Amino acid sequence: MYSEKVMDHFSNPRNVGEIEDADGVGTEGNPTCGDLMTIYIKVEDEIITDIKFKTFGCAAAIATSSMITEMALGKTIEEALKITRNDVANELEGLPPVKMHCSNLAADALRAAIEDYRKKQT
Amino acid sequence: MKYSVKKFIGAIIMSYMDHSATSPVDPEVLEAMLPYFKESFGNASTLYSLGREARTAMEKARKQVASLIGARAEEVYFTSGGTESDNLAIKGTISRLKGKGNHIITSAIEHPAVEETCKYLEKIGYTVTYLPVGEDGIVKMEDLKESTREDTILITIMHANNEIGTIQPIKEIGALAREKGILFHTDAVQSVGKIPVNVEDMNVDLLSISAHKLHGPKGVGALYIRKGVRIDPLFHGGGHERGVRPGTENIPGIVGLGKACQLAEENLYENMEYVASLRDQLIKGVLGSIEQSFLNGHPTKRLPNNANFRFSSIEGESLILQLDSKGINASTGSACSSNKLEPSHVLMAIGLEEVDAHGSLRISLGKENTPKDIDSSIVVIKEVVERLRSMSPLWCPGGN
Repeated sequence: MYSEKVMDHFSNPRNVGEIEDADGVGTEGNPTCGDLMTIYIKVEDEIITDIKFKTFGCAAAIATSSMITEMALGKTIEEALKITRNDVANELEGLPPVKMHCSNLAADALRAAIEDYRKKQT
Repeated sequence: MKYSVKKFIGAIIMSYMDHSATSPVDPEVLEAMLPYFKESFGNASTLYSLGREARTAMEKARKQVASLIGARAEEVYFTSGGTESDNLAIKGTISRLKGKGNHIITSAIEHPAVEETCKYLEKIGYTVTYLPVGEDGIVKMEDLKESTREDTILITIMHANNEIGTIQPIKEIGALAREKGILFHTDAVQSVGKIPVNVEDMNVDLLSISAHKLHGPKGVGALYIRKGVRIDPLFHGGGHERGVRPGTENIPGIVGLGKACQLAEENLYENMEYVASLRDQLIKGVLGSIEQSFLNGHPTKRLPNNANFRFSSIEGESLILQLDSKGINASTGSACSSNKLEPSHVLMAIGLEEVDAHGSLRISLGKENTPKDIDSSIVVIKEVVERLRSMSPLWCPGGN
């Protein structure tokens, strides 16, 4: 049911962990629904220089978290904000339809982390 | 052990530990079936020798099934499997007793073959009582007594649960049903061949069996119907199975079911003891080595091959896929693994929170598993649980 790329990111997730002195932290999801993810970012000159995640959830939730860390790393905040749920799913060569809504939360978590970063800036 | 289902995939040894989902066909069963695909392919309804041969094989299988459950051969009707047997028992009874009553009693933890059938009957106007279960997964006799009514026409409560392995007090339920004059069906798909099942001792009127859960082939099962109990068929056709289940008989499958029942009967106590020792080794090893791990269901009133765990802070689908990559096949009641995205109704019925149901793991063992498999599984399960916890924002070592 999962693409090879989903299975790769699920089995060997990139950038797992926390950033202790993160510039922005964003959490999305709900443990009752089975998916909860937190994304941590470091930002220098509006560029995401480090990104890590922690995720509770199914293979799709873990794979999308891992995928978005690769997609966002090195991008400017403006570019990162443009990443959509569909972009993540496409980059993973698709997700099963049933997982598109419930587990595809990484773009939202990244956006929340960026908002947190911006809030701290002001 | 006579055979093994271990497969070598690269350096990984596969350990099949999902026997409640299905079980490998025993080579002796396969051997018994083969002639009925080849030279003995006859239709059991025909008069010439080829047909008679098929009929003889089918009647032998009927005796083998009957013998395992303490029934008479003429009380065994062949079907396409557990789901059909459950549907036939329930809908066949309701149809036969049309006008006699409108109320059915079942439990909150039935297999979907019974649960969904009951929900359908509600839609067409019947009233169904779903008896709750305690934390141990067992229905309470007081609840059953209180829920019987003048118009109750059927009680359908499973023998052993497919997820948590809990065994219901079928004998007592059957005695109550008989006292009240209510027909009693039990889905014994998970218990037949694993623990003693005797239709006389258990006071049942109808009992469902599936072949592939006891090392037989898929696509064949049986319904026990007590002599004197009349039910309507689901299908209408050529009068096979004394009109209860028309359709040309699946002779190879039926022969396979019969052989599987014969083997199960011959080795019942030996297998029970062996598999229970593996299960106890597994439970002890998992609970002893993984923190914040728990056993779901009753500690002792459960199938000898069933262990159902839950681990805090991780999700079951991830757990199953990671275990698979390490060579262990098992199941979960997590919502994320189901098409409906709903957590297991069984785990909800025993009082778990949704978040806990997410972290459930069902391991169902078989006679071909070994103590060595169990030891290595404990290590692998611990490794995978710890890996997923290290990724989980919910994980808090030492207590949540």
